[in-house]
Amino acid sequence: MKKVFERPKALTQAEFSYCPGCGHSIIHRMIAEVMDELNITDSTIGVCPVGCAVFMYDYMSCDMIEAAHGRAPAVATGVKRVLPDSFVWAYQGDGDLASIGTAEIIHAAARGEKISVIFINNTTYGMTGGQMAPTTLVGQRASTCPAGRDPDKTGYPLRICEMLATLDGPSYLARVTPTSPAGLVKTKGSITRAFQNQLDGISFSLVEVLSNCPTHWRMTPIESFKWIDENMVPVYPLGVFVDR
Amino acid sequence: MANRKLMKGNEAICYGAVAAGCDAFFGYPITPQNEIPELMSTLMPANNAVFLQAESEVSAINMVYGAASAGKRAMTSSSSPGISLKQEGISYIAGAELPCVIVNVQRGGPGLGNTQAGQADYFQTVKGGGHGDYKVLTLAPWSAQECYEFMPLAFDLADQYRGPVAILMDAIIGQMLEAVELHGDFPSIDRSKTWAVTGTRGRAHNVINSLWIDVNVMEELNIRLQARYRTAERDEVRYAEYQVDDADLVLVAYGCPARVCRTVVDLARQEGLKVGLFRPITLYPFPTARIAEIAKSGSQFMAVEMSCGQMVEDVKLAVNGAAEVLFYGRTGGVVPTPTEVFNFVVEYGVSSCAADKRA
Repeated sequence: MKKVFERPKALTQAEFSYCPGCGHSIIHRMIAEVMDELNITDSTIGVCPVGCAVFMYDYMSCDMIEAAHGRAPAVATGVKRVLPDSFVWAYQGDGDLASIGTAEIIHAAARGEKISVIFINNTTYGMTGGQMAPTTLVGQRASTCPAGRDPDKTGYPLRICEMLATLDGPSYLARVTPTSPAGLVKTKGSITRAFQNQLDGISFSLVEVLSNCPTHWRMTPIESFKWIDENMVPVYPLGVFVDR
Repeated sequence: MANRKLMKGNEAICYGAVAAGCDAFFGYPITPQNEIPELMSTLMPANNAVFLQAESEVSAINMVYGAASAGKRAMTSSSSPGISLKQEGISYIAGAELPCVIVNVQRGGPGLGNTQAGQADYFQTVKGGGHGDYKVLTLAPWSAQECYEFMPLAFDLADQYRGPVAILMDAIIGQMLEAVELHGDFPSIDRSKTWAVTGTRGRAHNVINSLWIDVNVMEELNIRLQARYRTAERDEVRYAEYQVDDADLVLVAYGCPARVCRTVVDLARQEGLKVGLFRPITLYPFPTARIAEIAKSGSQFMAVEMSCGQMVEDVKLAVNGAAEVLFYGRTGGVVPTPTEVFNFVVEYGVSSCAADKRA
């Protein structure tokens, strides 16, 4: 009998430590499936962030580096430059990439560094307890803005794909969300495309995944997915921003 | 055939890096070390190695972290304010047990300071610098030749002790032109790194990490690091002595002030004053045992630094009350002249010591 569903080989046997319904689990699995399909696991070095995905080195069966907060693109650059034939991806959250690590991501993109970045935007610092993130929506409550984000005091959310799209370095920039079966297919397709660009030696690619945080959003997983569609997508429009 | 060239200490660092088989340089412009990234931008590619100008000091040290994780010989260089920015990365490199070399061409401080020579980063370099229980093995060259010689040594120590190694210079040592013999004759050590992330290719996955949630595992790492430091303290102490054996007063200095003090020793000897020079070459591990031994012979000590007094604390710890320890320092980018140090020696140092002995 043909096996139609199995654990991706790019995942270890370790259980994810994520909260029930968290998007990290879905996206980790998707990255692992793409690594299996492209047959790149044994030549891959993954770089994981500080944040909820900090333990990703336990979940992926490829070689892994745990980077300092926000520095994953610089660490990935260091690896890719000395091992140009290896496959290098970085996985970052919104606090990591869009706040403390803005310099690193912008310049890795500007250099057209031949790495692939998966950017998880869930509008919150999940690991530290749900504080305001650079991508927190106006009016959205967080533990450091309990009355909701006030743009008069804390400004506005960063649109990373749109910012990076002004640069000549990136070859592929897309924003996706796995809140529906169609969205799941698109998300996996974008990750595949981003990875393929690196395999083809083109340049920097980034996939921004609008994801959830049921725990700190205080919602059920289903409510949180609905919240993404209704509240995040209008601020962070889905689509492909650069493809060359 | 000898290959002798006139060059700055900063340039000698670059040739030393090439001689060491450095695979990658990541840096950021800052005076007075700019000759290093400038020369490396051509030397590295010419030797099939990587040069990349990073967007910041923070990124440069994290690129070093990445390249070192991949098992390559990686380095960065900077000057005082830039080294402050790198401290987070250096702590992670120590925590993840990665070898690398960091060159600091010190300038005047604190703050933006100035671009003249300073030695006020001593504490930051030899006591750790970033957060956590770690040390950085530190070499202090006093000539362009030593800048060249110490790079292969620094990379070997980094590989051997699996940690960051610092070359602590100052603007004078970096900028001064001297003849350097580029002999290329260095011992080769075992550089195999089974822990490196290079792609699994059939083996179990390797992980480079400095996060240990289990407190006992975290403590084990610290115990392992400390054991390595004890080994370094036993095996890696390096120093040089000049007219120390019969000295009533031993000047202790490294880098540019050590050269000043060598002249002071000659001036003093001409006057019949028994002054010597002790030059620590490894600032960590500090030559504690040798200084303690000299102290037992009845010598007095005087640390001479381009700071308000940092290394002098390690001299005092080594002497441990067995002898008087004086200090002379200029700071903020001021280089002490031989005459002023000599006058200080005559006024406060060897004369009173000699008088005590007469009494």
